[in-house]
Amino acid sequence: LYICFRTVEPLEYYRRFLKENCRPDGRELGEFRATTVNIGSITTADGSALVKLGNTTVICGVKAELAAPAVDSANKGYIVPNVELPSLCSTRFRSGPPGEEAQAASQFIADVIENSQIIAKEDLCIANGKLAWVLYCDIICLDYDGNILDASAFALLAALKNVQLPSVTINEETGLSEVNLKQKNPLIIRKHPVATSFAIFDDTLLIVDPTAEEEDVATGTVTIVTDDEGRLCSVHKPGGSPLTGAKLQDCITRAVTRHKEVKKLIDKVIKSIKPK
Amino acid sequence: PRSPSLGDTSVLAGLYGPAEVKGSKELPDRAALEVLLRPKVGLPGVVERSREQLLRQTCEAVVLGVLHPRTAITLVLQVLSDAGSLLSCCLNAACMGLLDAGLPLSSLFCGVTCALDPNGAIILDPTTRQEQEARAVLTFAIDSTERKVLTATTKGSCSVEEMQQCLAAAQRAADTIFQFYRDSVRRRYSKS
Repeated sequence: LYICFRTVEPLEYYRRFLKENCRPDGRELGEFRATTVNIGSITTADGSALVKLGNTTVICGVKAELAAPAVDSANKGYIVPNVELPSLCSTRFRSGPPGEEAQAASQFIADVIENSQIIAKEDLCIANGKLAWVLYCDIICLDYDGNILDASAFALLAALKNVQLPSVTINEETGLSEVNLKQKNPLIIRKHPVATSFAIFDDTLLIVDPTAEEEDVATGTVTIVTDDEGRLCSVHKPGGSPLTGAKLQDCITRAVTRHKEVKKLIDKVIKSIKPK
Repeated sequence: PRSPSLGDTSVLAGLYGPAEVKGSKELPDRAALEVLLRPKVGLPGVVERSREQLLRQTCEAVVLGVLHPRTAITLVLQVLSDAGSLLSCCLNAACMGLLDAGLPLSSLFCGVTCALDPNGAIILDPTTRQEQEARAVLTFAIDSTERKVLTATTKGSCSVEEMQQCLAAAQRAADTIFQFYRDSVRRRYSKS
């Protein structure tokens, strides 16, 4: 009978739980789902990570290729993120060209990379004006259960930490590049941005880490990206119910706490990988 | 069509609706809002899509869609020139378009862009040059009833205090913009 109620009147169903300050899956309003991360799962990629936030599963693969740098920024490489929400992850997505949500998510990840300076593009340059690395970061959602932005950002960070770039030298005589696959160096990760998403209900209540169902009934969403020093890399609130400055401040404080937890998790996983 | 200009940035907004909606996009209990943003040169890309989503969700928060179920409201924005603060110009154009079309709204909103220059000073409505030199550029959509934040998007990184200061500055600037809305509407209707 409750399944009937849940399908027919999802908002009322949720309101009953929210009145008691909890959610249908048993979580508190400020509680995150169990987060797990698995690094280095794709052997053919230069770096990869699989992140699970409850049921939401996102995998990120990083492939490094060589290219000539742009004319106006001869000492910078490229990082090209792409978020895909294929039809296998949820019935709401049809196969075909990327929908609006996938494009908006790709833009969000590109903004996070740009704003937080996670990798300095100058570090990707091998020879000024001639050769630089291009990092293609493909983030694919395998199971969509809400909070795709947090999971994607986390997967990207973990995958980049896992990337090992082969050393490249330019042969002076021939002018060609020589790639030494035996000697690999990790990427220099400057900052560790972490995204925290909230869903707004009925213009007042804020819940953390919404599931797909919660996102559908929510009246708005906010995503805050913080980095190591508690600085804000991004406040992403695309419309939805209005929030006062104080409520926004509340979100930011929670985001800063979440950052510490996520950072601890990533460090633990990186340490547990045996060096190749 | 409405065409606000912030300095040399100008965006033309055309609003169509509530009108007939194509089968798959029909929503049974509310109006389906669609936003199309056309850049000055080139085809719309990923950046435009993400801005369209932002504008759509901002408009959805103020338009009383439940009064017009199973209809479509289309907002087309054409960028005529870009000299900085483009997103807030689009937000202002969108709101004035909604006003001009006479759609039922729960509140008005306005867009304000703040740039934080390397010294930490706050510049409102920055030019393209100021945006490029700034440490961070924050754009807010402020609602007219209680000056709450409807939309927020940031570029570059800043500290929490700086963001709060920019927000306060944006809320103060919103008063000037709402006065401008009132004056434009008054001018338009006083002729007839």
